[in-house]
Order: sequence, then structure tokens, then C-alpha cells
Amino acid sequence: MSEANTIAVAMSGGVDSSTVAAMLRAEGHTVIGLTMQLWNQRRMAGREGMPESVQGRCCSLDDVYDARRVAQQIGIPYYVVNHEERFERDVVRPFVEEYLSGRTPIPCSLCNNHLKFDQLLIVAQQIGAERVATGHYARVAFDEARGRWLLKRPADLSKDQTYFLFGLTQEQLSRTIFPLGDMTKPEVRELARHHGLALAEKPDSQEICFVPGGDYKRFIDAYLAEQGESLPDTAGDLVTTGGEVIGEHGGIHNFTVGQRKGLGVATGSPLYVIQISGANKQVVVGGEENLYSRTLRARRVNLISVDDLREPMRVSVKIRHRHEPAAAVIEKVKAERADDEILVTFDEPQRAITPGQAAVFYDGNIVVGGGWIV
Amino acid sequence: MHRIYLDNNATTPVLPEVFEAMRPYFGEHFGNASSIHHHGQETRAAVEDARESVAALLGCRSSEIVFTSGGTEADNLAIAGLMNAGDHVITSSIEHHAVLLACKHLEEIGCEVTVLPVDGRSLVDPADVRRALRPNTKLISVMMANNETGVLQPVEEIGKIAAEAGICFHTDAVQAAGKVPIDVNRIGCHALTISGHKIHAPQGIGALYVKKGTRIQPLFYGGRHERSRRAGTENVPGIVGLGKAAQLAKQAFDRGDDKKLSAMRDRLQQGILAQVEEAGVNGDGAPRVPNTTNLHFDHIDGEAMVIALDLKGLAVSTGAACSSGAIEPSHVLVAMGLRADQARASIRFSLGKQTVAEEIDYALALVPETVARLRELSPVYKKQALSI
Repeated sequence: MSEANTIAVAMSGGVDSSTVAAMLRAEGHTVIGLTMQLWNQRRMAGREGMPESVQGRCCSLDDVYDARRVAQQIGIPYYVVNHEERFERDVVRPFVEEYLSGRTPIPCSLCNNHLKFDQLLIVAQQIGAERVATGHYARVAFDEARGRWLLKRPADLSKDQTYFLFGLTQEQLSRTIFPLGDMTKPEVRELARHHGLALAEKPDSQEICFVPGGDYKRFIDAYLAEQGESLPDTAGDLVTTGGEVIGEHGGIHNFTVGQRKGLGVATGSPLYVIQISGANKQVVVGGEENLYSRTLRARRVNLISVDDLREPMRVSVKIRHRHEPAAAVIEKVKAERADDEILVTFDEPQRAITPGQAAVFYDGNIVVGGGWIV
Repeated sequence: MHRIYLDNNATTPVLPEVFEAMRPYFGEHFGNASSIHHHGQETRAAVEDARESVAALLGCRSSEIVFTSGGTEADNLAIAGLMNAGDHVITSSIEHHAVLLACKHLEEIGCEVTVLPVDGRSLVDPADVRRALRPNTKLISVMMANNETGVLQPVEEIGKIAAEAGICFHTDAVQAAGKVPIDVNRIGCHALTISGHKIHAPQGIGALYVKKGTRIQPLFYGGRHERSRRAGTENVPGIVGLGKAAQLAKQAFDRGDDKKLSAMRDRLQQGILAQVEEAGVNGDGAPRVPNTTNLHFDHIDGEAMVIALDLKGLAVSTGAACSSGAIEPSHVLVAMGLRADQARASIRFSLGKQTVAEEIDYALALVPETVARLRELSPVYKKQALSI
């Protein structure tokens, strides 16, 4: 078995990664199927406010069953690797803490950075697979001129997942394959049917895998209760942009920037959450016009297509997953360090720039890099 | 790929002689052993022959053998069958889940349970058993050999304590049967569990020894099979297979095969430890069954090790697989006081009757090389190496 040709496929039990495994196998590669067991779905089941049972979610027994059946069908070895501890430490905990600090986190990016393209790459290498393939919609290619691995948007822009992949390092990209980058979702389903995969029609997953039903507030309550921790008191004042106190709120983690419903105050014109201040537990509200801003700052920046940002660069920037990249200039706030802090100045003001989300920079279809909005 | 199987504590291949003995009972001899006609008489005879073979392996009367669907059912029958609401049971922290969770269920329905700790070698201290006795103690359930470390528990001493206290003693001997001689009278137990597929009989058959005069309530209600202790038409081919495997196991002891097996196990263990630093035996210094060695290789991930070895054709195991098939840290190794990272870095090698010297040679070449590779690629190990 030649290790250079051995590919570990991260199999979630969904149609995308299953198709990846089937196509690589058909191409003649030596393929090993791996599923990461990240979260025990039964842990929260039945806790107050949580559903009694959860089905069809990432890491559920049903998904592992589906992945294993695909592996058996296409004739590849298949293993489940347990990374629950690491997932809880690097994804679930930070997710809870971000909300409690008044930010709106993206656990999928943390999972990619700390689990899928870190732990899984290590396991793959340890078991003799130099490269890992996933079912993400993105492209990776080596650029001779720059001498760098590039991350690019996929052919099917409606499925583009590069927003969640901005944290990948050169080393990680060099060992990653995204076989679906040139395909559309209907083509992937067609290929799944062609390979006779029973799950070709399985619906896509949408929500955060460890938050069944998508109700993150209840999840936070249930998680802290399970940990024997009490929910910190983050209740405080509801204030206007002018600083006037117009009411109280039950806790900053119940809010996200741009939110309109559930503010608990009635006024003539619609009110939106403009800003959440973790320090003094204030939720600042205002009219829609206050939601727009021309600048943001991003920290913990990872650069991909360039090794440093020596001078300001014209790019387009995505500030949330479902956001059309907007024209902007990026520049380092301080000159010395590439990963320190980047100032993004948009040509046009952008709606609801949300701390905790990522700002991802694009040069056409090429991902320049990205960072976390502060 | 040439495949080598060193995971015989998980299950064993059915021996050709066992398979041949079973074969007629799938077709030719198909009768229900309870039927009065010729066909029933044929299979009834086979069932009773098998019962005698199993009794001979355990040193008991054949009427004291109850056939079950396996070790889990036999453990559950012993525990649920001997306990009543309000009774107290003493067990240990390293039991198989078939015992631990059966006790936990009893606790939920009104019984009292004491789970005894073990020492660093995974041994239960008989003095702890004595101290745990209460006026309402009805049962002690401590395994004969542990599945993960192979360590043999002081069952004869525990049997004496039970006798003095006038209470029942059950021992799960699933991992001891066929590996060490068993004599139920020396142990002084009232119930003892064995499983077919751990001794080269098929999966889906097991037996519980129940000492004559011990009242046991059945788990199932139905026909009066197995002297009303286990309702349900007998699994005749399975019972025949278990009988044959028991007979072969007894003959093997007479030939001294267990000594050859322990010599082969020792060669594997010493050969690996001679080549790998920062490794050791879990349960070192305690008496063990002859086929098992459980080794910790510090700074590695046992899960990756099992996968890497499997991809090279060597089947071993680590911890216990959870429902998804992922591996959870072994409750046995944790109970022995291993740190979670050491428990995760532990690998169990378990040999079988079919294991040959060349397979040990292959394992001796492959294991050290795989440990070295895993350590080289471990971020934790690199960090520690740098800080020295």
C-alpha cells in the first residue's frame, strides 16, 4: 500500500462525503473511511427544554450507520475515531462562552480548524494516509508563481463553504483534497445515484450539529446545568444608541446583532440590536440605519494566498456565511505582525457586522485569508 | 493481505472440529429436543451429551448446567435470578458491563449495590469484600478473570467469605473458561457464567452453572426448558458446539496447551517491551490467564494504533467500543488507577488456540515500528521530547 496514494475520507454519513469516498475508490485510490465521533447526542436529550431524542444529526448513530454502510458497499476499511473531549474543549465550550460574552460564534469554523483539519490529519498520517479528502464545496490548488497553496471558491457558489475554511494553514491545505469543488450539488447527487448509494436522496444538514432543533439558548442552559455550573447573570439594561435606558433584558446571550424580534419593548418604529456589550451587559438598540457600518476589525487572522499584508489590498469581504462578498480594502492595524489585527474598510456600509463571526477576504475566487470580527 | 488475529478475548474462531460436530444439527438432526418422537430424542441426546461435556469442564453435575444465549444472559440470570427487592449485592468496579449494568438496574428497582475498588494490578481485595457485607447481603458477584487485563481474581478466598456469611457467590468466568482449569467446588460459587464464542464455539450460546439447591428465578416465562430455569426452545447446534468446545478445552489442559500459550504470550510481551521504551504491562505482578497481555505505550493514541495495525493486518483492541463503534476509555484501566491518557494508550493482545509462532514474529516486527511512527507523529510526544 503506497502511502502517497492512500487517502483518508472524512465521512459524515451525508451524501457529499459518501460520494467523495465512492469516487476516489472508483478512481483507484486506496481509501480509508473515517468518521469523527465528536458529540454524544444523547448527552443533552431529555434535559429541561431539550428534545427527548434527536435524529439524523451529525455524529448520531444513524449517520455513523449510514457512513459505515457506504464504506461496506464500496469496499473500504472504515473506522470511527473518538474526539469528543477535544470537540467539547475546542468547539462546544468556546461556543457557550462566546454567546455569554455577547458574541455570535461559528462553531463550524472552530471544528474545521481544531478537529477536521487538525486531529483528523494527524490520525490519517498515523494510520498511513498522507492526505485527507472531505465533502466540502471548495477548491484547493498549488500556485507555482506564489509558491503557496490556494483555497478557492467552488464551481457551485450556492454551496460555497470556503467561509468556514479560512483558518486552514499551508500545511493543512497541502494535505487536503476537496473532490467536489468542481461539481454542483445536483451533479453530486447524480454521481451518488450512479454509484448506487442508498443515501443519494438524503437531505442536507443545516443546523449546528450539537444543537438539536437549533435552539442554542436552551442548549446553553442544558449544557451548563449538565456541567453543574450556573448560568452567569448577564442580564442588564436595554439602551438606545444615544445612551438612554429604555428597559431591561434577561441576558446578553439571548441576542445577536441585527435581531429585531424579542426585545421586549414596544416603540413606534422598528428597533434592532445594534451592539452587545459584554463588559457592562448592555444591549444597544436603534433604528435600522444604525445597523450599517463601513469598517470592522478582525483578529486572529490567517492569511492563505499571501504570506503577509505589507500594504493595503483591495478585496471583497464576506462577513457571514450567507453574505454576498462586498468590496473593501484590508490593511494591518499595526505594521509588524501579519496575524495581529486587520482593519477592513468597505466601499459601502454593511448591515449587521457581528462580533464572533468571521470576516473572510476574497480576491475573485481566491481566499486571501480571514479573521474573527471583534 | 495476510491477517493475524490477536483479539481472542473479543471472540474466537469456531474450531473445525466444533463446526463439524454442529453441522448435522442444522439439517439432518433438526428435531425439537422437547419432542417425544425420534427426531426429538436425537437432539435431546445431543443436548444432554453437550451438557455433560460442559459439566466436566467445570467440575459439576450436568443437571447444574443451564444453557443460555450467551454470557450476558447468564450474568443477568444469575444476578436478577438470585436477588430480591431490598437485597444487597457486592460486586467490583472491573466487572463486565453485563454484571455492572445488571446491578445498576437492580439498584434502580430497590436493591442495594456495593461496587468494590481494585488495586493497581486490578485485583479485588477479599478483605474489602468482607468489610462490605451487610445483614441483607444476598450475593457477591466478582469475575474470575478480567477481559481486558486477563488478571485472575482471588475467587476461592471470596467463595470462602460467601460460605461463612451463608450467601450466594456468582463469578463471571467468561474469560477464564478454557484458559485456566475451573472447579466450581474449589471456587465455592453458587453460579458461574461461561460463553461459547470465547472458547471456539459459536456466538449466541453460553451457560450458567447453578449449584444444586440454589433457587433461581427465571428471566423469561414460557416453556419448562432447562428445568424451568430458562424458557425457550434449545439452540441445539449452539449447544452441541459449546459441548464440543468444552471437551476440546478439557483435552487441551490435559496436554498442557495452556503452558505453551503462556510461553507464546510471554515471548510477545517481552519482545515488545525489549524494543519499546516507555511501555509496560497493565496488571503487572498479578496472576493472569495465559493468553492475554495488556500493554500501555505512553504518548500514543491507542485508537490510531488499533487502526494502523488493522490496516497492516494485525487485529488487536483497546478500551471498549461504544455504540457508534468509537472507542471509549476502558473502565477497567481507569479503575486500576491509570491516567485517562495511559488508558487511551493501552492495547490488548489476546492469543487463541489457532495462534502460531510466526504470527507472534510478525507482531514483534510490526508493533514497535508502529509505536515509533505514532510517537513521531504525535504533537504531544514531540512537545515533551523538545522540553527535555
